[in-house]
Amino acid sequence: MIQITCKDAVLGYEDGIVAEGLNFIVEEGDYLCILGENGSGKSTLVKALLGLKSQKSGEITRHTKGIGYLPQQTIVQRDFPASVREIVRSGCLSGSGLRPFYTKEEKQRADETMQQLGIDHLAKRCYRDLSGGQQQRVLLARALCATKHLLLLDEPVTGLDPKAQLDLYEMIARLNKEGVTIIMVSHDVNAAVRYASHILHIGSRKQLFFGTVDEYRNSRVGQSFLAAGGLDDEQS
Amino acid sequence: MMSSLEKLVDYFVNYSFVRYAFVVGLLIALCSSLLGVTLVLKRFSFIGDGLSHVAFGAMAVAAVTGLTNRMAIVLPVTLLAAILLLRTGQNTKIKGDAAVAMISVGALAIGYMLMNVFPASSNISGDVCSTLFGSTSILTLRPLDVTLCVIMAVVVLAIFLLFYHKIFAVTFDESFAQASGIQANLYNFIIAVVTAMIIVLAMNLVGSLLISALIIFPALSAMRVFKSFKSVIICSAVISVVCAAAGIILSILFSTPVGSTIVTADIVVFFGFWAVSAITGGKRA
Repeated sequence: MIQITCKDAVLGYEDGIVAEGLNFIVEEGDYLCILGENGSGKSTLVKALLGLKSQKSGEITRHTKGIGYLPQQTIVQRDFPASVREIVRSGCLSGSGLRPFYTKEEKQRADETMQQLGIDHLAKRCYRDLSGGQQQRVLLARALCATKHLLLLDEPVTGLDPKAQLDLYEMIARLNKEGVTIIMVSHDVNAAVRYASHILHIGSRKQLFFGTVDEYRNSRVGQSFLAAGGLDDEQS
Repeated sequence: MMSSLEKLVDYFVNYSFVRYAFVVGLLIALCSSLLGVTLVLKRFSFIGDGLSHVAFGAMAVAAVTGLTNRMAIVLPVTLLAAILLLRTGQNTKIKGDAAVAMISVGALAIGYMLMNVFPASSNISGDVCSTLFGSTSILTLRPLDVTLCVIMAVVVLAIFLLFYHKIFAVTFDESFAQASGIQANLYNFIIAVVTAMIIVLAMNLVGSLLISALIIFPALSAMRVFKSFKSVIICSAVISVVCAAAGIILSILFSTPVGSTIVTADIVVFFGFWAVSAITGGKRA
């Protein structure tokens, strides 16, 4: 089942175009990695996919109800006094309307998700006292509370040490095997070709490639980017 | 000690203005502390300061035009300023802190000039001082002021309780909240409106220069020690109410200015909590 269609989309602000000619689809169970240098319009695309920003022309259609979003960390969050449970539960807020409390099912959903990601023992801990990797798991759990169908992760491994990066990649891959569709924005090309099923590569202002990982390895843009990104790393 | 307690009870029983001051003072302290946590965490600590200066300017305009009901000007003007200031977070031509500074000193200057050019009474510096530091107004409340204050406090509390989880979500992570369909802008707007209401209320208690203290000190104290949002909120409310009560009692007993006595109590508590966190937590100073 197709979850997102993007057809001839042009993204930009009042004073200019950020990216154009975006054509891709995301199907259920896919693991799409969006690659591109800084300033290539990745974050604008993320906003458009979330429906927070409308495209200048073309079509972006979401066929699924809700996207679980894992945004980049903000400075505010680093010293935020909140328990892990409070944060994970806040993922259930979508669709709660004006109801001022969580239902029993919502609380249970939050508890189950925390178990699924192995952070249930941290439930009462303070978010700011956790390690970077643990914090990302908490935010991942929150995103999963919003929806189990489609996760959109915006550079999730930034700032993590190598071990924590690997753990997070493995966890995301596991979720994908369990049936969660993943869209990940990244500039780690090696991890992308190792874990993803599809690649969307955006160059400066336009789409350079969309297809499966195997096609990407054989394409010119993929080969040059992989060579530049250091293939040694991947083989070791 | 007994004599001062008797004195206090005597005041409380015999003078209605003391009871009024207590009711209003505690309600204001409660409301301001609730929102303080959100404002501190959203890096808006100074918004209280900026808005209170705007309220001071509006108060000056009200005094000059000789309006009997000053709230009629002060509340809408402050609301407007709050909405403008919290909006600047999104499309920033002028950065948030600069906008706050600009509006704050601008309103202060214009307010003071108006009060001097069109003096409403012969004692200008007395007027200015009591507006800035709230020296006596808490003890000269009329029953109407008290009713108004109670109503506004109830509204603030109701909004806060009703939207507690959403306010948490918007404070912690605006982009996620937005992505999951929460109208982040609407809640920012609500936060702005409630902040303005609290500022206008609190001008009676501590005056416009000291309002920030009422908003940020209890929140900062609570954040030293507690580890979940709910416990921080509850703790900061308790601190704020206790400090306000202590401040009012001490100011009556020793005839010190009410506002600065309350703020001093808040400062003492802050250092107490800071010491506790330094001893128990260790790593977080």
